[in-house]
Amino acid sequence: MTQATLLAAPKRMVELTVDGQTVRVLDGSTILDACRQLGNEQPTLCYGDTLTPVNVCRVCVVELEGSRTLVPSCSRKAEEGMVVHTDSERVRLSRRLVLELLGSSVDLSTAPAALEYIEQYDADPSRFGPDAATVAQPVKIDNDLYVRDYSKCILCYKCVSACGEDHQNTFAIAVAGRGFDAHISTELDVELPESACVYCGNCIAVCPTGALMSKAEYDKRVAGTWDPAGETVVSTVCPYCGVGCNLELHVQENEIVTVTSPHDHDVTEGNLCIKGRFGYRFVQNRSA
Amino acid sequence: MPDLRLLEAEPSAAERIAIDAVLGPGNGANGRVARDDRTKRHLLLPALRAAQLRVGWVSEGALGYASRRLAVPPAEAYGVASFYALLALDERPADITHYCTDLSCMLKGATVPPGGHASPCLGLCERAPASYRTIAGEQPVEEQIPAAGPPLPQAGDSGLRLLRRIAAGVDPESIDAYIQAGGFESLRRAQELGPDAVLEQVVESRLLGRGGAAFPTGVKWEAVAKQAAQPHYLVCNADESEPGTFKDRVLMEQDPFALVESMAIAALATGSSKGFVYVRAEYPLAHRRVQNAIDLAASRGFLQGFEIELRIGAGAYVCGEETALFQSIEGYRGEPRNKPPFPVEVGLFGKPTAVNNVETLFNVLDVVSDGGEAFAGIGTESSTGTRLFCVSGCVGRPGLYELPFGATLRSLLDLAGSAPPKAVLLGGAAGAFVGPDLLDLPLTYEDTRAAGVTLGSGVVIVYDKDADLVGALLRIAEFFRDESCGQCVPCRVGTVRQEEALKRLAAGRAQAGELQTLAELAQVMRDASICGLGQTAANAVASAIANLGVFAA
Repeated sequence: MTQATLLAAPKRMVELTVDGQTVRVLDGSTILDACRQLGNEQPTLCYGDTLTPVNVCRVCVVELEGSRTLVPSCSRKAEEGMVVHTDSERVRLSRRLVLELLGSSVDLSTAPAALEYIEQYDADPSRFGPDAATVAQPVKIDNDLYVRDYSKCILCYKCVSACGEDHQNTFAIAVAGRGFDAHISTELDVELPESACVYCGNCIAVCPTGALMSKAEYDKRVAGTWDPAGETVVSTVCPYCGVGCNLELHVQENEIVTVTSPHDHDVTEGNLCIKGRFGYRFVQNRSA
Repeated sequence: MPDLRLLEAEPSAAERIAIDAVLGPGNGANGRVARDDRTKRHLLLPALRAAQLRVGWVSEGALGYASRRLAVPPAEAYGVASFYALLALDERPADITHYCTDLSCMLKGATVPPGGHASPCLGLCERAPASYRTIAGEQPVEEQIPAAGPPLPQAGDSGLRLLRRIAAGVDPESIDAYIQAGGFESLRRAQELGPDAVLEQVVESRLLGRGGAAFPTGVKWEAVAKQAAQPHYLVCNADESEPGTFKDRVLMEQDPFALVESMAIAALATGSSKGFVYVRAEYPLAHRRVQNAIDLAASRGFLQGFEIELRIGAGAYVCGEETALFQSIEGYRGEPRNKPPFPVEVGLFGKPTAVNNVETLFNVLDVVSDGGEAFAGIGTESSTGTRLFCVSGCVGRPGLYELPFGATLRSLLDLAGSAPPKAVLLGGAAGAFVGPDLLDLPLTYEDTRAAGVTLGSGVVIVYDKDADLVGALLRIAEFFRDESCGQCVPCRVGTVRQEEALKRLAAGRAQAGELQTLAELAQVMRDASICGLGQTAANAVASAIANLGVFAA
């Protein structure tokens, strides 16, 4: 037997301390990766497992000894000897207030993660009073496949990343405006059918708040027949082309209501095209 | 970009000519993207600015044409255009005047006449109230009003260093006058010394950055110089927008060759072959004079192997944050990047970059000519050299002052003919208020830090006994709400909540726990915002509550 040859230099490990526990992670990992390796979950909203971190929501901030400010765990790379605190007073205050700022300006009613964090951090979004400015605005329903309710948008940039460089490379949407007026927009705010949108729905798949929602789900919610508790998920393969994307059919009352793809799937990383995402209605055509 | 859908409106002939003047003639047929243009996204902002200067606004046709020429997705181009306050996406008259309603002008009774546009600080504080007018057209006009300010208050003072050529009245448009006044001697000396010795001198001088962050210049330059990645860039941050600051404008308008010379030295030391000067849009005279100085210096052979390009902003305070400035030059929204990585490693176009403020660079001339040790002998142990102070507000002689570090606030106010102040704002909107109890504060980095305040960009706005401090706080809160880029939650929403709380306090309608809410907002904006804008957006308000007892029950 010949000696096995190393094809690449082994990756260096770095050792850091999180909440008093020592952890070794591969060089290039983030603080969030280190926390997760310890089973120490951190709240995240703008973080996406298949997306480049933009670290804008700031709910994942942690205290790093020696750093003047808190640091976003989702993007800050772990370094040898770092000492991190994820549950200090300072961290808890920041997370609580960020959740209060979001909860007071955005409709989080269809954002389960955010609602859970609000409870976890004892946040009180009503503290800013009844006149606190919000992003409330009419729902945009301009096509048959999905609706955009930007009253629910926390501006996490995930849809922009998914539409653009991270996944779809369509660049139909971007952040426009500035400050509190910043918003997700097509060019000149034209309606989706006038834009570059190809209706892959990959933006819906990453939206953490339900601001982007399939028309099917939206209609059922309006009709009061949306029933996530009674939902079952069926795995299958997309029937349309030879790529072989894995599909997860979300079924309520024997009806497909949503189609997703697993994020850990080699081919899709959770993404689909218009046919895989929305082309399921023939299955339910029972008239023949 | 196979899915790229294009805005279909066509530009007018005038818009096309204006944009082509920036991008070169389009050589793709039927408006298609020419292969050469695909790497020119960094020209998006100059193209949009050119179109607006020509016709007064950025029309759909102009936006579409610029995005087609540069292969920028229209949604992104719209995102960029809508980011900058001075770019108009709705048709408006060609003749527009922006009236400053910010801190210094407020104290001088600023108003906005019907049809005028309110503006954040225009950097003309010594001649407040001020305005900035643009008239679009074939020969566009951009002017600062009043056209000139009072003369340099310290003219004739032989102790001036940074301001000595200005005090001597050296013609800012003549390279010969500059040379006659000793110009380019420091560059010659730097070339003799070589990069390593220049770096050594700058380190020895212990020069700290004058833009507000007070980072050691020598450390920054050494870090860039040793980077293996090429090319290295040098960026002069002349986006001076901190309310109350006008020092860099005066330097660029009155002594532009010195900026060019100091950039050439910085390029030598950091191994940069390309430099950018990013100047805020509201400084048209500085644009003309700096461009003239670059052109003349290049034509006389002073910039061998180094090229300087002038870039002009479009109304965004946040672009003074170094990474937002890079984003802006590269043709993106001016949203700050997360640090690390720091610019010395990953800066403009992803390359090692030295970013320096105008005043910082000016200091380098004396560091090189006199030596770092001599420079470090001026001022104090930790604050070496002299400092420019932008004095405005309730004073008899507003203007730009130069003092060695260590002079007291009182001595500066005496020079400026200040009335007994009720309060002084140090460092601008991102700075802090001090009361009369701190008049003997030595103006140094270490003393201000110990007092919990900052010199920032050298702003000193004086409020006399009749001045409206609560009004100033409301204006500061409004400023940060307007200027937040909107990227991170603590700043985007925090600045709105801060303003709402202050309005309630000012109107006597405070909610229970309002001051506690403001204090928490201040801490979280400081702790959890991405960049310095959010991190300092509550400083002035917090200092007024703590140091001046504003809103005390």
